[in-house]
Amino acid sequence: MIPLSHYLVLGAIVFAIAVAGIFLNRKNLIVILMAIELMLLSVNMNFVAFSHFLGDPSGQVFVFFILTVAAAESAIGLAILVTLFRNLRSINVDDLGSLKG
Amino acid sequence: MNLPLAAFYVAAAVLILAALRVITSRNPVHAALWLVAAFFSAACLWLLLYAEFLAIVLVLVYVGAVMVLFLFVVMMLDISFDKLREGFWRHLPLAGGIGFLMALEMVLVLSSREFGAGAVPSPGAPPAGHSNTKELGRLIYTDYVFPFELAAVVLLVAIVAAIALTLRRRKETRYQDPAEQLAATKAGRLKIVKVAPERPAAPAQDAKP
Repeated sequence: MIPLSHYLVLGAIVFAIAVAGIFLNRKNLIVILMAIELMLLSVNMNFVAFSHFLGDPSGQVFVFFILTVAAAESAIGLAILVTLFRNLRSINVDDLGSLKG
Repeated sequence: MNLPLAAFYVAAAVLILAALRVITSRNPVHAALWLVAAFFSAACLWLLLYAEFLAIVLVLVYVGAVMVLFLFVVMMLDISFDKLREGFWRHLPLAGGIGFLMALEMVLVLSSREFGAGAVPSPGAPPAGHSNTKELGRLIYTDYVFPFELAAVVLLVAIVAAIALTLRRRKETRYQDPAEQLAATKAGRLKIVKVAPERPAAPAQDAKP
């Protein structure tokens, strides 16, 4: 069968790819949101793997809650992005400095 | 190599490829579609872990709702994405270095003896007749009922916030104000003017010969 370390290493690789994606696309707000979704996916992968290998279904309940919060986060994030684009005509992260003194 | 391990390697390869394409795509529509592929292969991996309910929820909620939301927003906004990509190649060494370092550290920790193939024995398939959905439902409605209600409140807040943020009143659209309509009185609308009678002007002398 598939050992636990396979799943954990896969989660680590996906998380590292998502972190690199935030560094690479630091001007594009949409891709940053997508990279955050990837990070949450890798964390969920670890939760499900540990839940299976330790025989405790509570880990899957946590994945359920993370999915809920991630859906709420992306909905609000995209709403903020639409409002931002309506006001600034841009989603460049560099243009969002209006709170800077 | 047995069949589950082969399926794991295929799904993991698709997941990593899709994740790489998400962060390197030139067009965010393509990035969103690759993200759909990533979520789908993650759902396949969760099926290999006997987490059927979460795998189906991932496909339904993420691929069906959240990614469609992303695609809507990406296609609705009229943005030139080429300008947003500047600095991509400049940041590539830093980003690649940090990502590689993180992955290397975690792989070194995780491939040690504590998490290795023999450290945590695989519990194998659940017994026949075991329902993952039933088990999760029992946990959610007994031990985790308060967090479950809180999750519902979080979703409600998300609905209200998303609608309140994106609602806008257009200036050219006319709205009725029912309160103003109900508060109208006779004195506010009707004005009786006393007009003094006027004698019609005298006909002009040269009107008729």
